Amino acid sequence: MIQKLSLYLSYPFVRYALIVGVLIALCSSLLGVTLVLKRFSFIGDGLSHVAFGAMAIASVLKVTNTTVVILPVTMICAVLLLRTGQNTKIKGDAAIAMISVGALAFGYLLMHLFSTSSNLAGDVCSTLFGSTSFVTLTKKDVWLCVILSVIILAVFVFFYHKIFDVTFDENFARAVGTRADTYNLLIAVIIALIIVLALNLVGSLLISALVIFPALSAMRVFKSFRAVTICSAVLSVVCALTGILISIIAGTPVGATIVAVDVAAFGIFCLIGRG
Amino acid sequence: MAQITCKDLTLGYETGVVAEHISFSVEEGDYLCIVGENGSGKSTLMKTLLGLTPPLGGKIETGDGLRLTEIGYLPQQTVVQRDFPASVREIVQSGCQARKGLRPFYNKEEKRIAEEAMDRMGIRQFENHCYRELSGGQQQRVLLARALCATRKILLLDEPVSGLDPIASADMYQLIRELNREGITIIMISHDLGAAVQDANRVLHIGKNVFFGTRDEYLASSIGRYYMMAEEEKF
Ligand SMILES: Nc1ncnc2c1ncn2[C@@H]1O[C@H](COP(=O)(O)OP(=O)(O)O)[C@@H](O)[C@H]1O
Ligand SMILES: [Mg+2]
Repeated sequence: MIQKLSLYLSYPFVRYALIVGVLIALCSSLLGVTLVLKRFSFIGDGLSHVAFGAMAIASVLKVTNTTVVILPVTMICAVLLLRTGQNTKIKGDAAIAMISVGALAFGYLLMHLFSTSSNLAGDVCSTLFGSTSFVTLTKKDVWLCVILSVIILAVFVFFYHKIFDVTFDENFARAVGTRADTYNLLIAVIIALIIVLALNLVGSLLISALVIFPALSAMRVFKSFRAVTICSAVLSVVCALTGILISIIAGTPVGATIVAVDVAAFGIFCLIGRG
Repeated sequence: MAQITCKDLTLGYETGVVAEHISFSVEEGDYLCIVGENGSGKSTLMKTLLGLTPPLGGKIETGDGLRLTEIGYLPQQTVVQRDFPASVREIVQSGCQARKGLRPFYNKEEKRIAEEAMDRMGIRQFENHCYRELSGGQQQRVLLARALCATRKILLLDEPVSGLDPIASADMYQLIRELNREGITIIMISHDLGAAVQDANRVLHIGKNVFFGTRDEYLASSIGRYYMMAEEEKF
């Protein structure tokens, strides 16, 4: 097994996969607590479906670098969803459901109508659940991932306390003059970035799991915001590495394997938290 | 010059007016108690003073060099989600968020302010405990310490003793009284009329009839006498 593993590790695409996997896992776990507690987790879910729709459009248009299409579309939707969540007549939840299911249906329709691929079901499946292999990752993909991750990490560290302030008690934050709207917007934009990043790894249906499970697990055991944030970041990276290695050895789909490991970790943390 | 002056305020939301014709002023060192029935708009008044809800009419003026961001606020029934993982220190420290501005980390001075506030509220021994595991009285002290970090001038307290047992309530009132003696202006909403009016020097009653005056004027007025009697009958 070790031999098999070291053989695999000598391939550049496996190393790329590990780098990309770790970075995505790290970034996606950071905002988990905020998403869960601010009831933004629906937004994450909705946005991932929007990203799916955008991806369908991109593949129909035969854009080589799909991120160019997906990133702006997802970001615009993130901002729109946040605005509708705040006022207007359509309730936030309903708006999210409408946009996400609409995007899902629209995306599938587009792929069905215009796809020239002989393996449509396979294409759809890999956009929803992530690619079955990492062979497609190029050096450029890896660099894009590294740059986006660094930006996300830097923004998160810089605004860490502000994110805490608006998550813990938005009214108090507003009362002392913190621009809560701006930070909510920032959070939404980061979420959009993370979703676009994670889309390639786990596919649009499984992104929420990647964002939420590490945070939920960490919250079972740790008691301060900082400890929970650090723990969920570490946990997420460990789960992603484990998942990727298992999927390489056992030949299972990467995204689903990582999420399965995240679920298992959640079970373990539940037990620890109760004990 | 008063710290806060409200002239003929109309309070409410997009859905309609909640209360109107509210005029009062607060001087430095005052202890103003806001009373009124449930749903009469007391919390709305506080949110309006804080700029969380825009007034539908009238004017709010600040004076004595008070800026609106220098107000410490203790919200009613903390909206804080029940399972939020946060330590006492993290929460108290967040009271310094305005002082910190855009700097990514708290500096020594701000940490000292947070520690002083915790000492002052007698919660320093819990600084690394989880907020959600504290008792109701301790949680209120944490939030009061956070409010203290935000200001040295004026505190707005929305039902600070709701849900507390009589002993914890008495402690809370004691703490507030001491802060007021140190010169911090207090604006407090309270249900517990007797105990609250004991400490306050001014009373604002909102509802169908609006009353604003000193405590003695309130106790002598028909509205005050009626309300006090109605309160006593509950027991
Ligand atoms: N965000 C809101 N939007 C619309 N109406 C509200 C909102 N918050 C409170 N209200 C209404 O305003 C009225 C006054 O509420 P509130 O100020 O909380 O009363 P009090 O604190 O005196 O019990 C209530 O009838 C309540 O239903
Ligand atoms: Mg109220």
